[in-house]
Amino acid sequence: MAALQHSLTVRRLAKHYGPTRAVDDVTLTIARGQFVTLLGPSGSGKTTILMAIAGFVQPTAGEILLDQTPITPLPPERRNFGMVFQGYALFPHMTVAENVNFPLRVRNVARAEAERRVAEALDLVQLGHLKDRRPSQLSGGQQQRVALARALVFQPALLLLDEPLSALDKKLRAELQVELKALHRRVGLTFIYVTHDQEEALSMSDSIAILRDGKLVQEGPPGTLYERPATRFVADFLGKSNFLAGRIVERRNDGFAYAVDGARFVQDGPAPAGDDVLIALRPEKIGIAADGEAAPNLVEGTIAAWSYFGTSFALIVETAAAGTLQVTVPAWRCPVEPAEGRRVRLAWTADASVPVARD
Amino acid sequence: MATLAAALSRTAPQTRILGASFSWWLLIAPAVILMLAFYAFPLAEVLWISFTEPEPGFGNYERLLTSPALQRVWMTTLRICTITTAITLVAGYVVAYALVSAPPRMQRWMFVCVLLPLWISVLVRAFAWVTLLRSQGVVNEALLGIGLIDQPLRLIWNEFGIAVGMVHYMIPYAVLPLYASMRDIDPRLVPAARGLGATRIEAFRRVFLPLTLPGIVAATVLVFIFSLGFYVTPAILGGGRTLMVAEYIKLQILDLIRWGVGTMMASTLLVAVVVVLAIFARVVDFRRLFGGRH
Repeated sequence: MAALQHSLTVRRLAKHYGPTRAVDDVTLTIARGQFVTLLGPSGSGKTTILMAIAGFVQPTAGEILLDQTPITPLPPERRNFGMVFQGYALFPHMTVAENVNFPLRVRNVARAEAERRVAEALDLVQLGHLKDRRPSQLSGGQQQRVALARALVFQPALLLLDEPLSALDKKLRAELQVELKALHRRVGLTFIYVTHDQEEALSMSDSIAILRDGKLVQEGPPGTLYERPATRFVADFLGKSNFLAGRIVERRNDGFAYAVDGARFVQDGPAPAGDDVLIALRPEKIGIAADGEAAPNLVEGTIAAWSYFGTSFALIVETAAAGTLQVTVPAWRCPVEPAEGRRVRLAWTADASVPVARD
Repeated sequence: MATLAAALSRTAPQTRILGASFSWWLLIAPAVILMLAFYAFPLAEVLWISFTEPEPGFGNYERLLTSPALQRVWMTTLRICTITTAITLVAGYVVAYALVSAPPRMQRWMFVCVLLPLWISVLVRAFAWVTLLRSQGVVNEALLGIGLIDQPLRLIWNEFGIAVGMVHYMIPYAVLPLYASMRDIDPRLVPAARGLGATRIEAFRRVFLPLTLPGIVAATVLVFIFSLGFYVTPAILGGGRTLMVAEYIKLQILDLIRWGVGTMMASTLLVAVVVVLAIFARVVDFRRLFGGRH
């Protein structure tokens, strides 16, 4: 399988539509065999980058290399990339088997060989029994699988996926996320996945590239991105976050202290340059402290609103020092009964939060 | 609602003709009478005359097999119709494709240009072609002027002239069904085909073209059947030298007062249309083609 894997480099890629910069100087390296997600809100340029990789969009500047070979001038049909489109783009006048056979037919693969490979690809997505159906007779999830089989049957160099799960309902989406990840392990290809859904990105990817307004903001494994977001945008887009804007009042070797409206908090890690600091604090990293219990960071407040999610309570707490904070507490060990107007003491450790750049 | 319906069914007369109640027949009676008096009856009359004038029997229809002149008229008609349909389809396909690919604002203007000819009298258009194509016409003068030819080309009063005028008239009828079938195609399908390894031409041939097949069939039927009975354009641009069926019928009935031959040709034309429809009906579902629900 390793022989089939390829790496892809996007170097200083730009795409301008008139004055709009859909993609603005993006450099990205996708290692062989990785599952990489391009994540961003709509208009962030993620789809344009994917279309440039696929060959449907000619970049204004920059180049794309497969391993070491530049492929920028090649038309889509000469790139040999598998692609799953948003809405699947199955050919409605062909059966499932004919759809999957399409890439082999245009490559003039011999009939017996083609039949064997179509059967193999359909088995891979567990759809062998539906091969004579038309796409319109299939459910959304089944169509999705046909599109996958069709994109994999010709042993492409890469698999490109453009929001392939966006049309499915939530439960099916979760199932297919697991399947896609398993499929990635089985076929061992390099997957490039585009989505605006941060949960999808977190659950499937080896690496995530976060885009905003055509620029690459941060790139890394999901855990790193979630735990150490570089900017306010990343912290906010990938999961939820509270933000504390303060002034640094003390610098130590292993951390620093900062003041927000007179309250003093501590933070691990090197202090950023300058006096002003923005701290991102995840709701689930805030705990409720018992009366008299000591903690590195403590703030008092009253519950303004709360909701129950089965696994957790989400509280909105008004504090004098830190403004309004979102807090997520596991429901089965919530130390207080949530009620509007109830006073609570919120606590978090010095390594729970992280300084981020304003953007 | 239910009580109202029940009350109605109690008061309604119990008489039923062909499974429908009398009041229902009363509602459509004006339309039925109109159709019978002004459509079915004259049509029957035409059929009747074709079998009875000048003497009862199949005499008129025999001529179809024996008269070279009649056969020539039919061959000319079929040839011109086939050529017209083929050219109209290719040209209409290109126009419809351009329409579908154009941005919305542009599309509106293009639609106006496609439909504009429909609002201009067919007579005006035929004479416009005469002024363009005759030997002292704009086209010949221009070609002579730049020295491409030294004799005026014969562009009119032959099959070429008829075909030009008919293609011009028929193009909207080809564009509209073709446009409708192209508009329904998912715009991602052709890129998807190319992403899977098909060249532009293969993507068109294996994906786009097959999906427009219903539109192609609809346009073919519409244009071919319209062309079969076309009168004004062939009469003017053919200049009496190239005769098509419709003009021949007019000649027989109005000029030569040979009602028998004229009505026979009219009946044969009707049969030809029905045959064409029957052939295509075997290939495609007409109700779907012309907008009916499936």
